[in-house]
Amino acid sequence: MSEHNEIDRVSGRSTTGHEWDGIKELNTPLPRWWVLTFYATIIWAIGYWVVYPAWPLVSGYTTGLFQYSTRASVATDLADLEKLRGEKMAVLGNASLADIEKDPALLALARARGKTVFADNCAPCHGSGGAGAKGYPNLNDDDWLWGGSLDQIMQTIQFGARSGHAKTHEGQMLAFGRDGVLKKDEIVTVANYVRSLSGLSTAPKFDATAGKKLFTENCTSCHGDNGKGNPELGAPNLTDQIWLYGSDEEALVETITNGRAGVMPAWVGRLDPVTVKALAVYVHSLGGGK
Amino acid sequence: MNKPVPPDELMTDEDGPLYAPRKKVYPQSVSGRFRSIKWRLMAVCLGVYYLLPFVRWHRGLGAPDQAVLIDFPNRRFYFFFIELWPQEIYYFTGLLVLAALALFLMNALGGRIWCGYLCPQTVWTDLFYAVERLVEGDRRAQIKADAGPMTAKRAGRRALKHAIWLMIAWWTGGAWVLYFADAPTLVRDLATFQAPAIAYVWIAMLTASTYLLAGYMREQVCVYMCPWPRIQAALTDEWALNVTYKYDRGEPRCSVKKAFDIRSLGEKAGDCIDCNQCVAVCPTGIDIRDGAQLGCIQCGLCIDACDAVMTKVSRKTGLIGYDNDINVQRRVAGKQEIFKPVRARTVVYAGLITVVCAVMLYALMSRTLLDVNVLHDRNPIAVRLSDGAIRNGYTLRFLNKRGFDRVIAIDVDGPADAKLHVIGADSVTPDRPMIVLARDTTTELRVLVTAPLDERAEKSVPVTFRVTDIGLGEVASATDHFVLP
Repeated sequence: MSEHNEIDRVSGRSTTGHEWDGIKELNTPLPRWWVLTFYATIIWAIGYWVVYPAWPLVSGYTTGLFQYSTRASVATDLADLEKLRGEKMAVLGNASLADIEKDPALLALARARGKTVFADNCAPCHGSGGAGAKGYPNLNDDDWLWGGSLDQIMQTIQFGARSGHAKTHEGQMLAFGRDGVLKKDEIVTVANYVRSLSGLSTAPKFDATAGKKLFTENCTSCHGDNGKGNPELGAPNLTDQIWLYGSDEEALVETITNGRAGVMPAWVGRLDPVTVKALAVYVHSLGGGK
Repeated sequence: MNKPVPPDELMTDEDGPLYAPRKKVYPQSVSGRFRSIKWRLMAVCLGVYYLLPFVRWHRGLGAPDQAVLIDFPNRRFYFFFIELWPQEIYYFTGLLVLAALALFLMNALGGRIWCGYLCPQTVWTDLFYAVERLVEGDRRAQIKADAGPMTAKRAGRRALKHAIWLMIAWWTGGAWVLYFADAPTLVRDLATFQAPAIAYVWIAMLTASTYLLAGYMREQVCVYMCPWPRIQAALTDEWALNVTYKYDRGEPRCSVKKAFDIRSLGEKAGDCIDCNQCVAVCPTGIDIRDGAQLGCIQCGLCIDACDAVMTKVSRKTGLIGYDNDINVQRRVAGKQEIFKPVRARTVVYAGLITVVCAVMLYALMSRTLLDVNVLHDRNPIAVRLSDGAIRNGYTLRFLNKRGFDRVIAIDVDGPADAKLHVIGADSVTPDRPMIVLARDTTTELRVLVTAPLDERAEKSVPVTFRVTDIGLGEVASATDHFVLP
């Protein structure tokens, strides 16, 4: 800036000596507090570089004075959270399933915990509200392949069905058509008979006697004499109105021809025992539990 | 190219610079009617603020006994006999509406009464001025000291002033936090450093803001920071009484002796002797004789100062007084002064205030102490059971606002033959679930309604949950819908 001492007549202030098209610039310095704040931010920034990880290097970065890292901080926060939950979760872990359902406070806790865990782990198959889909059971209704009591639900969550775990539920719907046990027309007849068991309409030329015979010969060992199913084998009740894979003739023919073997993964080892317990209580409280 | 205009021609007397550096205001002490009103109001305002947390109010066992308490951890607000829940936050909306209307009414009647007498900024600044005058002397002494060198005596006085200011500011912050916890306990905890950190943070923040706003910012808060003068200017009308210099009587200004000479010639001389006392006492440093202006908080201290001078020179008091422009013009025209406190604007404000008060009072009196809310399951919205019946799930939330546990029964009216099942109910009588609601809490329950509906039924049927207090017979209900898949 050039040396000058021109005073503007209107404002009584000095000018900077700069002039554009006859307009002169007044010398109006920033307020002192502003300048000081600016310097303070510079000092702050330098302190920041020293204390926190700040500068990228060729292979790594400056770690700062206290080796602060957001990753470590998150880990600490999570550990703190677990500690905070610890006491309540311990109570949940020590209570029996039946006791949890009787105690409103424990039930609320288990439901809250179960709900979040359900959303993270179960919702992809069973839906966010447990309503299921074709092939994935609805957990809100009262029909349970492997039993709907608290203990049975917990058992299923822990070890799954056809999951490969040593204690898993085993049992499968055979592929009567693919394996050549039944012929095509026999399969259609059985399918119609199964529909008649739950009061659904049947095809006009359907031979009920033949259907009953075929059913007794091939199906009763798993589904029972009356078709009421068997939770020991995961064999569904064929007389009710709930159909995992659909109730129309086409779906039934498909089922009988190729069989069904849906898999429920085992959660033991992936979820801790208290969480599984909370999950069982939550699923049971959806309303279908027996 | 235009010929440059000489700067002197651009300047007129009225156009000052848009920004002027602050000139420190040294308001002189004054005594009189408005000063004593201000002292009394200050005592009331500060007294209420500092002492209210210590007032007790018995509410029964287990409930806090502080008359005014904002209990954030338990989400309750206590105001003497009133206990409000978060759901009832609309009462505060009502209070805010009421406060706004009261401000409007005050404004329509007497101008910025709020600014001059009740605003915390005014009250604390006034208190800080009083301390300043007590320690450093009145206006003249302060101006003289500021112009002179810094002596040890002066430095000592200044330090004392700041110490007292800081003490007042600190106690102001301290009183604030007492509204959020049991006051005597908190005072003890604060003293023994057992109180939560947030309490100290708030005390520090309010100490700083009180010290800065009342000690340093002072009138600048009113002129630059506060929106009310701007809003007020749009709300006022020509009838509102304002602190007014009666220029019809005061002008032209001249000394007592000169006025005597002029008057003896039979010409008009004003009553204002241009003694500048009204300017000297003004806490915002304005000249009221320039007419109504933004910087005037209408505290009336200039009235006291002017009246004292008028009495001294044996003239009628009231040269500056609560008046309005209409009367100035009427006096000039030789007409009678008129005051009209009752007019459309004030009647409307007063009417609205009455209506809001009545609505709030009614709402408060008819406030339910047992309540139920219902939330329908969204996913799945309905479930078909193995026997073909339909089931809908709901979450019921019960509010027991009484100070004791109560047993309630839950009934459902909805589709024919509907059955109610409560998940985890601790006491269930056949077909009529009963549960215990703990005192002063909300309880959430999941309930299932099952009805033997088939495809021919209507897609959606209203369902009402009725909650009956078995002991008191109080009933609350909530309605939702029962839907088919």
